[in-house]
Order: sequence, then structure tokens, then C-alpha cells
Amino acid sequence: MAVTLNQVCFRTLHLDKPWTLATYESAGGYAMWKKILHEKTPPSEIVDTLKASGLRGRGGAGFPTGLKWSFINRDVPGDKYAVCNSDEGEPGTCKDRDILTYNPHQLIEGMLIAQYVMNATGYNYIRGEFDLPLERTEAAVAEARAAGYIGKNVLGSGMDFELYNTVGAGAYICGEETALLESLEGKKGQPRFKPPFPANYGLYGRPTTVNNTETFASVPVILEKGAKWFAELGKPNNGGTKIFSVTGHVKQPGNFEVPLGTSFAELLELAGGLKDGRTLKAVIPGGSSAPVVTGETMMGLDMDYDSIAGAGSMLGSGAVIIMDDTTCMVKALARVAYFYYEESCGQCTPCREGTGWLYRVIKRILDGNAGQHELDMLDDVASKIEGRTICALGDSAAWPVRSFIKHFREEFEFMIQHKKSILD
Amino acid sequence: MNDVKEKSALSQPAREEIDKWVAKYPEDKAQSAVIPALHIAQKYNQGSLTDSIIESVADYLGIPKIAAFEVATFYSMYELKPVGRHKMGLCKSISCMLMGADELGDHLQKKLGIKFGETTPDGKVTLKEVECLGACRHAPVVHMHNRYYESLTPEKADELIEGLE
Repeated sequence: MAVTLNQVCFRTLHLDKPWTLATYESAGGYAMWKKILHEKTPPSEIVDTLKASGLRGRGGAGFPTGLKWSFINRDVPGDKYAVCNSDEGEPGTCKDRDILTYNPHQLIEGMLIAQYVMNATGYNYIRGEFDLPLERTEAAVAEARAAGYIGKNVLGSGMDFELYNTVGAGAYICGEETALLESLEGKKGQPRFKPPFPANYGLYGRPTTVNNTETFASVPVILEKGAKWFAELGKPNNGGTKIFSVTGHVKQPGNFEVPLGTSFAELLELAGGLKDGRTLKAVIPGGSSAPVVTGETMMGLDMDYDSIAGAGSMLGSGAVIIMDDTTCMVKALARVAYFYYEESCGQCTPCREGTGWLYRVIKRILDGNAGQHELDMLDDVASKIEGRTICALGDSAAWPVRSFIKHFREEFEFMIQHKKSILD
Repeated sequence: MNDVKEKSALSQPAREEIDKWVAKYPEDKAQSAVIPALHIAQKYNQGSLTDSIIESVADYLGIPKIAAFEVATFYSMYELKPVGRHKMGLCKSISCMLMGADELGDHLQKKLGIKFGETTPDGKVTLKEVECLGACRHAPVVHMHNRYYESLTPEKADELIEGLE
């Protein structure tokens, strides 16, 4: 059966100038926002719908969205915040950029609905390099404000909803939600100890919910078409659709919004398949933090949280990085390790020092200066970062190393012994 | 003397742009505007920040100077040394690497006669290695002047460089 594409976040992408208010409204946009304000829908009803839909956080952690929203007590006096994490930077991931650029109004509508549920002010934190996405999203906010969807006494409801875009300045760590909140407060993006969690102590110390761009943008469609419709697009515990960024060694890299549970083989085909005469060597199925999976195993998996977790990896952000038989796994790992070394915020010693050691040892192997014992040392260093840091960046640095060595140990051993790649 | 000149670098237009960002945050939270304010100050100072400009931003927002320095030194988009008229940031992360970013990087360094992190002697181009730009489906990617140049080949990169003034 052919896969149906673009049913949720990308549903307007085929239209002319989908980023404009006129186009979005012509496709039924803001109808849910108007309905909610008109009918004064009980917030608990919206939360229940999201819970029933099975929507899980699309940024990487996969936490159930309805449950997350229910953590905020909307009746607590004082400010509360709904924050969108548009700090997309997990290597391989380029989906939120397309939502911001091509369908910003749907994100805004999703955020406004969250703000209604939590009685909150909205901030959309966009990474500093995303110039066009920021420009489009700023224009969309201005249009929505002029149309009366944002601001004081929205659509005569007597309620005020403010929503602002804000920017980063180049730091992967700000994709971690508490680092993002620090950054939004105008500080270095260093993650906070948890607890307290943002639901209790978030932006400016106030109750806050942080969700990914794709998560917020899914909400209007779920409310319009119903929890059942969304849940049944996917599989049990893996409801709905997911945008996969398929990159690397495929003929047509791209973003594909498909039902969760679509087979990897089908997704690969959507991306045009491998280049002619090549075979699939390995796949990182959920952004570079996710453990690598061999091509053979991957061909038997489905693209959903449980199937990928069953193979010892994770669906993560949905960045599917394809490596064919021309890939030197030592070189690939060196590149991934360098990223975490460069992006460690420096707060926790195991991560700050450990990411440097991981990179330097892998570099030594690449340069032909390492001994066989260093392979075990590498695994040992990685194991001592894992689980010993405030945030998940430490784990994200460790997991690729451990999984690359586990699945492709012979390539590392070969290079150490022969001082050249197994491919040369 | 330099100080006087640089303080004026936070010009009226720069201040007006910063004010728009300050208005987005609660009244007593002007520090939240430090990230966009430093971007703006950098834009009005030929693409880099100096100590006295960072101090001016802190003063303008009414926050401790150290708070602005912490931000200016933490985030990778701020330049603390002068840069060329065109700053090219080549993404070297995994998806770009798989699509030839290393080879493209070698080509760019050779073509420009500089290494990563350096500026051409005529002050035209600064070449930087950057981490994932979030445009992986169009790898390899260069970030320059508020836009991405995507699916680059050495030939396309040459055209890009030759078109720079």
C-alpha cells in the first residue's frame, strides 16, 4: 500500500505561498482557534483529546504531549509560559525549519491553543542561524496579530494571548529545554538541575511547558480531525505521523511526513533509494545522538518509537542518516564525536572533559597513532560519561561511540593495526 | 578615543532595533533581549563585537556587564575578532560530511588561500567551520549573509565566491 504523505504539519505545502495567512485560512486554518474561543472549550477536554491521540513529543524525547500539558495548573496566579523549541540542531534534523518556513501559521495556532489550555504567554525560540524561518514566522505573527488572533481580547473572548518569536545565537545545547529557558532569560545556555521541572519552575521561575515545533504544529489538525483519526494513522502507542529527515547517501534527501510505523524500507524508497550499485551499511535512525543500527537490522524495522527502541536505538528527532558501503565508520564516528566535543556547554566535568577525550582518541586512530587497547579505553570513557551529567548531551556523546564500536569493531581494529581504512 | 567612537557604534538605528526586542519580554526582564541585542550590535559593527560594544549593550539594557560578556563568549555566532566582509560558515556535521563537506572544505581553503578560522588578506572573506545548520536535506550547506547556500559543489562554491564584492 502506498504511503500517504503530508497529512498533518505539511498538509498545506502543496498550496501557493503556504506561509501566508490567506492560504492557511483557505485550508481551514485558525478554525479550531476560533471554535475554541467561541465555545469556550474546557481546557481539560483539549488535554484529553491530545492524550487519546497518542501525540508524543516530536523533538526527540517522545514524552506524551497531553500528559505534559496536564502538568500545568492553569489556575495558579501569575505568569505561565508555553515555549516552542525551534532550536533545531540535532545533526541530520531539518524538519522544523520547513514548518517555520512553509507553515508558520499552523505552529502559531498550535501554540495559541496550548496558551489557552495553560493560560500562558507564548515564546517561540528559533535558532539564530534560521534567518528565513524567523522572517517568515515573524511575518506570520504580525498577520495573526492584525487578524485579531493574537493580542488583547482575542476575537472578543475577553482573553489576552501574547505570542513572540525569539532567537538564539549558535549553541546546540539550547535545544535542551532548560538550557533553552536559560537562553531565553538572556544567559549562557547551560542546562538546569531537575527537579524542579519547568512545569513548576520554568521561564523566569514560572510554570512553563516546552514543546517541539512539530508537536505544537500537530495540535490544530488533531483537534480538527479527532484523536481517533490521528491515533489510527500510526500504531498503538505510536499515534499519528512523523516527519523524517532522510539525509546522507540517498538519491533524493528530503523531509517526509509519513504515518508512524511506516517501514524503513518504504521510507528509504521515498528518498529515492540508495545510489546505484551501493548497499546499505548503517543507519542512524534518530539524529546523531541515537545509537547506530546496521543496515541489515534497519531493513527489518518500522519507523516508530517502539520498533526502533527494540533495536537498541531511538526514534529521536526523526533524522534518518543513511550510510552506504562507501562510508568509513571510523571517520563518521570522528565527525559525530567532534560535534559533541564542540557543543558541550562545559558545565559537567564528565561531558566537558570526556567529549574531548572521545574525539582525541578517535582522531588518534584515524591518524594511525593508536594502540588496540585504546578501543576499550574509548568504550570505557564513553561508559563513564553516560548517566553522569545534568543533561542528555553526555549520553548523546557516549551512545554513538559505544554503538559504532559494538557494530563495526572490526573497522576500528583494522585501522589501528594497518593505519588505514578497511575501505582503502 | 576608541571608546568614544565605539560607543557611538550602538547607533540610533541599532538602539531602535534593540527596543523592538526589549518590548517582547516582561518589563523587568530586559536581559532576555541581550542575545538579539548583541546580534544587532554586531551587524552594525561590520560583523564583530568589541569589549566596549558589549559593555554598551549591557549598559543600554541595564544589566551587569559580565552578563553580556558571558553571552557574547558562549554562543558561536558572535565574533570577538574582526571578520571579513563576507563570513562563510561551512557545515561539517555528519549529513554534510556524507555529502562531501570535507572535500568542499579543502576546496574552499585552497581557493581562498586561507585555513578555517582565517580571513583573506584583502579582508574580503572569513571562512569558518560550523556545526549542524539544520538544513541537512540540502547538504552540503554554507551560511553566509542571512541565508543558506545549499547543495553546494566546488563549482557552485567557486561561482559564489567569484560573485562576492
